[in-house]
Amino acid sequence: MSKIIKAENVSFAYEGDTPEERVEALKNVSFEIEEGTFTVILGRNGSGKSTLAKLLCMVNLPDSGRLVIDGVDVTRGDVTEDEIYDLRREIGMVFQNPDNQIVATIVEDDVAFGPENLGIEPAEIRRRVDEALSAVGMSEYARHSASRLSGGQKQRVAIAGALAMKRRCIIFDESTAMLDPLGRREVMKSIVRLNREEGITVILITHYMNEASFADRVIVMEDGGVVTEGTPDEVFSRPEEMFAAGLEVPQTTELLWRLRKAGLDVPLGTCTPSECAAIIKDALGKRGDAV
Amino acid sequence: MTGNNFAAEFRAVNYTYNKGIAYEKHAVADVSLGIERGRVTGIIGSTGSGKSTLIKMLNGLVKPDDGEVIVDGVNIWDKKVKMRDVRFKVGLVMQYPEYQLFDETVEGDIAFGPRNMGVSEGELHERVVEAAGFSGLDTALLSKSPFDLSGGQKRRAALAGVMAMRPSILVLDEPAAGLDPSGRNEILGRIKSYQRENGNTVVIVSHSMEDVAKYCDRLAVLSEGRLVACDTTENIFTEGEKLQSIGLDVPEITKVADELEKLGVGVGRDVYTVKYAAEKLIEKYALGKGRE
Repeated sequence: MSKIIKAENVSFAYEGDTPEERVEALKNVSFEIEEGTFTVILGRNGSGKSTLAKLLCMVNLPDSGRLVIDGVDVTRGDVTEDEIYDLRREIGMVFQNPDNQIVATIVEDDVAFGPENLGIEPAEIRRRVDEALSAVGMSEYARHSASRLSGGQKQRVAIAGALAMKRRCIIFDESTAMLDPLGRREVMKSIVRLNREEGITVILITHYMNEASFADRVIVMEDGGVVTEGTPDEVFSRPEEMFAAGLEVPQTTELLWRLRKAGLDVPLGTCTPSECAAIIKDALGKRGDAV
Repeated sequence: MTGNNFAAEFRAVNYTYNKGIAYEKHAVADVSLGIERGRVTGIIGSTGSGKSTLIKMLNGLVKPDDGEVIVDGVNIWDKKVKMRDVRFKVGLVMQYPEYQLFDETVEGDIAFGPRNMGVSEGELHERVVEAAGFSGLDTALLSKSPFDLSGGQKRRAALAGVMAMRPSILVLDEPAAGLDPSGRNEILGRIKSYQRENGNTVVIVSHSMEDVAKYCDRLAVLSEGRLVACDTTENIFTEGEKLQSIGLDVPEITKVADELEKLGVGVGRDVYTVKYAAEKLIEKYALGKGRE
């Protein structure tokens, strides 16, 4: 597998009016993302997650360090505008507020907006729009008014827009934060599907710990740096570290952790509610209780 | 009506947006609901279920087409009632309140409400500091422009602006949306203590089942503008399938409790916080009592 993103000691600061107002948002961040994987980035407000997302979309470029996107070093002194422009086509972003990212009044026009701007043939646009809407389960809404959709539906239309542009990597910046439970389930289902079935590289920034259990890898940020990374099981098996970073662990993991502290021999990691119950029953059984 | 202990009450209220045109929407349909005094009531429901419209009725921002809104025993739309007085009593923190800051300084913004209530200039500063402290806002920021604050700080400043009026009924629309877990727990914990320490009434609208499970005594469930249930938090979360059918859910831990029941090692189905689930299991199986 190839690395779609490679960051080495990347730093970025927001300049204020005075030196005191300068904020170092990212400090020497290094990590790699394999093409086709699902990465979740966790971290408290102000830990640098969104700044990192902006660098990966090349909205901003790092102040120092090396950032290689799809084999192109965008921090190279002689990198050209054209190179950056081409790379931006590969990486898309879906934001938090569903109402801020719909540009057309009709759903299918909104999805077609991106490919139209890329100068794609009309017949090809038609094919892409249909495919993209079907991938997020929104085909029946193609001719509907976008303003009258629910939050979760709007987010799925935004995802379809990115799909229609044939993005190879999509960054979701808290795209489920404003949704109700059903909307969240729908959007997560679409995100997981486009990773597993379309092979798109997914980077998901979230405050919902249970969404991290879908990931191949979790990166935990604090104070502008990466403090922990690993599989969801590895990261969540150290709840104290997560709490210290202002985060939580999924409720299933937290229950196992509390029971473990009380002396029950259970493994820590991510699990579904039914797996969690089975683990507890098993451990109680081994303990010799009448179960 | 006597015998109830409601700080506020909706009596058969209805509200329709865009009446008479193609986009007509019956946002609130025949809702009757009492908000218990001195408790934290959560209002849950999927997007478009009428939650925000309903709570805006509590301080008269939305006038029901028919029905009555009662606050402290009086119909707020009665001709003799001054709406200003209702708004001083019912503090409403809207969704994303950080976009509603307007004054030149954070202090001016927080002082706006109490100044309008007629609080003396001498007492104003004390109120502002108290409200900032309550909201977890560093008092060093009071002299700054609200636009120089971070998102989280703005949220706190907006909350402080409502708290400075010391409302006896505090109503919040998604107060923790967009905050990280520690920020969520801090803000919701402070709101909970406002209720617990002073006996105030709190109403919270939220999409997070985990949050309402942790902080609310009672839950009102809305679906398509109608009230479909109102009960204690534990009773509401025993109806998992019903909640899922209207786009909601139960906390993950409640699902674990259900599975434990099925496996015969359960501790009841009325489990909706992790702490409670762990305590019940530890107690039932005498965990942590001198065993290896």
